[in-house]
Amino acid sequence: MRSRPSDYELIAPGKLASVLELIGREPGGWLPIAGGTEIMVQYGAGKLTAQKLVSIWNLPELRFIDRTPEELRIGAGCTYTDLRNDPVVNHEFPLLASGASWTGSLANQNRGTLGGNIRNASPAADSLPALLAYDAELLLVSTRGERKLPYLDFHTGYKQTRLMAHELIQAVCLKRKFSGYANFARKVGPRNAQAISKVCMAALAKISGRRIEDLRIAVGSMAPVPLRLQQTERVLIGCEWNRESARAARRALQSEVAPIDDIRSTSAYRIAVAGNLLEEFLNGLIPNEPAEHHGNS
Amino acid sequence: MSGDAPGASQRKVSFTVNGKLRRVLVYPMQRLIDVLRNELGLTGTKEGCGEGECGSCSVLLNGDLVNSCLIPILQVEGASVCTIEGVAKDGMHPVQQAFLQCGGAQCGICTPGMILASIRLLQLHPNPSMEQIREGLGGNLCRCTGYTRIFHAVQEAAKAGTAEELQQLLVVADDKP
Repeated sequence: MRSRPSDYELIAPGKLASVLELIGREPGGWLPIAGGTEIMVQYGAGKLTAQKLVSIWNLPELRFIDRTPEELRIGAGCTYTDLRNDPVVNHEFPLLASGASWTGSLANQNRGTLGGNIRNASPAADSLPALLAYDAELLLVSTRGERKLPYLDFHTGYKQTRLMAHELIQAVCLKRKFSGYANFARKVGPRNAQAISKVCMAALAKISGRRIEDLRIAVGSMAPVPLRLQQTERVLIGCEWNRESARAARRALQSEVAPIDDIRSTSAYRIAVAGNLLEEFLNGLIPNEPAEHHGNS
Repeated sequence: MSGDAPGASQRKVSFTVNGKLRRVLVYPMQRLIDVLRNELGLTGTKEGCGEGECGSCSVLLNGDLVNSCLIPILQVEGASVCTIEGVAKDGMHPVQQAFLQCGGAQCGICTPGMILASIRLLQLHPNPSMEQIREGLGGNLCRCTGYTRIFHAVQEAAKAGTAEELQQLLVVADDKP
């Protein structure tokens, strides 16, 4: 059943301060809409419960990419196309560039925003594991001021976040400290464009010989929230990569994920593939010992 | 579902379509595709899925490829839209000709979106690789052709050197009345 346009109010104050004033005055009363790639789908299907919307599309205060020597600050209103076109994102945060390139289609990337994706909080979002791997911080803003929050703490449950009703996400802050890391980004889905992932992974590693000095692994579609695999990381950091640590890593991975069976995949498949992806990444950096049944020396 | 809902009143929204300034009296959440088809009679833009998956409703908004089913008309205020009706000038556009020659169209529902996506692709990549073609058209679904003939059409259009016509289209799209 289609929505009736006359049932919905939409206003476009055109300034961030006006939007913040509005949502500060009536917290929860107005739903911010940026590129509409999620909200307009619900609206088209007659499932949008909010009936008062405020446009934050293309607000200059939300659509910027600022760089300092230490930090990249990405406005929440940047589109996926903006991310893909940014040289620093491409060179220093390739996991984010990959995630952006997997998101929807080019037409969706021209409208979908990073902040919208974060707020929408889908556990299957392709670019959110990258933000976990890079230790992103979110800059939240309201009429009461600003606050920073580690992105790791942002999602509290399925589609639940720490964003307050009077706040907007203004920017995503990334420390420029990962250029020495090897990176790995994979999406497993039935089609490149327009397919929601069965599993996606964003990972970073620092290797010395056969030893894993540092490791950051994050996955999508493996839990109710985009998930950083901190137990798996702890099992491997400081260890040599070999058959034994690979087995321990798989056990840790399985213990900290909670994927579901749904129309796109099964829990068992997702766990097996996530383990395979991790091994693919580390085997590519540190060739693993031959498996037992191939051993002949 | 309205009940005690706030609802909205109609208001005037102005934007440029295929080089002409249009002024419409609409509800702010009316979708761009509905305004194009129902208010302006531009029925070349097709609706397939209505949820941004199929690309049938593709138009160029300020030069960028977008799904017009996902855009509330209020967000189009002051913008410039190019639809399939704005593509042919004196006779068919070279990309349209290439689709015709290569059998890149069958039932026709996806064709307007495919043409606009191809035009945008060729603006960004005048000599696209097959990978670039696949990505550029990745958001446009076709249930008839199996895509191969469409990809050939884009290659043919690129060979024909459509850069000049494409540039003209951009100028028209950005033209202020």
